Amino acid sequence: MADEEDAAYEAVSALGDPVRRRLYRYVAARPGWTGRDAAAEAAGISRSLAAHHLDRLVESGLLTTSFQRLSGRTGPGAGRPAKVYRRAEREHRVSLPPRAYDTLGRLLAGVVEEAGLDRELQAAARAAGRTAEPDTDPVTLLRERGYQPFEEPREDEHGSDGDGDGDGTTLRLHNCPFHALAEQHPALVCGMNLALIEGLLAGRRSAGGREWTAVMDPRREGCCVALKSKKNGS
Amino acid sequence: MSGFHLAQVNIARLAAPLDSPQLADFVAHLPQINELAERSPGFVWRMVDEDGADATGLRPDRTDDMLLINCSLWESVESLHAYTYRTDHLRLLSRRREWFEAPDGPHQALWWVPAGHHPTVTEAMDRVAHLRHHGPTPHAFTFRKHFPAPSSTPDGRTPGTDRAGSPATAP
Repeated sequence: MADEEDAAYEAVSALGDPVRRRLYRYVAARPGWTGRDAAAEAAGISRSLAAHHLDRLVESGLLTTSFQRLSGRTGPGAGRPAKVYRRAEREHRVSLPPRAYDTLGRLLAGVVEEAGLDRELQAAARAAGRTAEPDTDPVTLLRERGYQPFEEPREDEHGSDGDGDGDGTTLRLHNCPFHALAEQHPALVCGMNLALIEGLLAGRRSAGGREWTAVMDPRREGCCVALKSKKNGS
Repeated sequence: MSGFHLAQVNIARLAAPLDSPQLADFVAHLPQINELAERSPGFVWRMVDEDGADATGLRPDRTDDMLLINCSLWESVESLHAYTYRTDHLRLLSRRREWFEAPDGPHQALWWVPAGHHPTVTEAMDRVAHLRHHGPTPHAFTFRKHFPAPSSTPDGRTPGTDRAGSPATAP
């Protein structure tokens, strides 16, 4: 327990530096691997300074690293593989003074599941989403809540389910804010999460008047909900 | 291949008759969700009734006309887990309380069968009952506390990596 606590303090202390914090936020929110050049540019610092801080984040257990040819070329002349980074899987929790909302969450989820109160939970989640800050870009709301939205590349073959009623933009959510509970109670928690996001999207528009629909479209990683854009003004 | 397949059974009490408006969405989604299972990695087999399309014609408890059964075979716990929770099937699961009553105890069970064996309704119901009375054991277990396939195959080979009887952590 003390070891776990120490590891969490060490990880968090690495984020005391604002430059490192910018780098961490940038890398952690991106799907897949991020190279030093992209991270340096995003943080507005030199490549060598970015490399130093990124490696410090790896030492702290916040990022993991690998080597990859970023150019996509292979064979002779492709160059040395570059060092790349992504968010580490391990969760760190720091609460001062100590709080155990996770224990409470687990107990409540278990009881709600056994009582079969899925629909009641979904209704409460939808209402909570609706009453969040009005007139705010829903994508901003999702970002603030830790979902880490990103635009899915168009060439993705898994793309749309062929509704054909939007402009074809799909936002995926890199992070599941309820990860541990969603693993334990997937049907209950993912259903609640979909309702919460539907509530957040209802009646709100992104810049340019774009509206979004939430669909459950789970992948191997990340949140099981994706956002599809609706036609403007429809 | 370990020579064993993972069997899965799930029983649920309908909240309304199958032909009622309340169940219409569930019935409408069945063909595509069964088809999705069949083309999911690791799918082996699923139990069907006399009509052959799905298992909604089966009644595993003669005294309960509202109880449905769903039973299938998979190559691994991971492949069943991926289909159950990381495909469109999850969307249906999140709507389960529109269609089915909340269970009053364990309503699903996992166990290993020799490859080629297809569980019967009686066998599947026995596993649910075993889980209900004894908790997760190699005879009947859950996603949260599952067990590896038996270490020796029916013809006596030993695949080597499996450790029979020791619980594994949930994926």
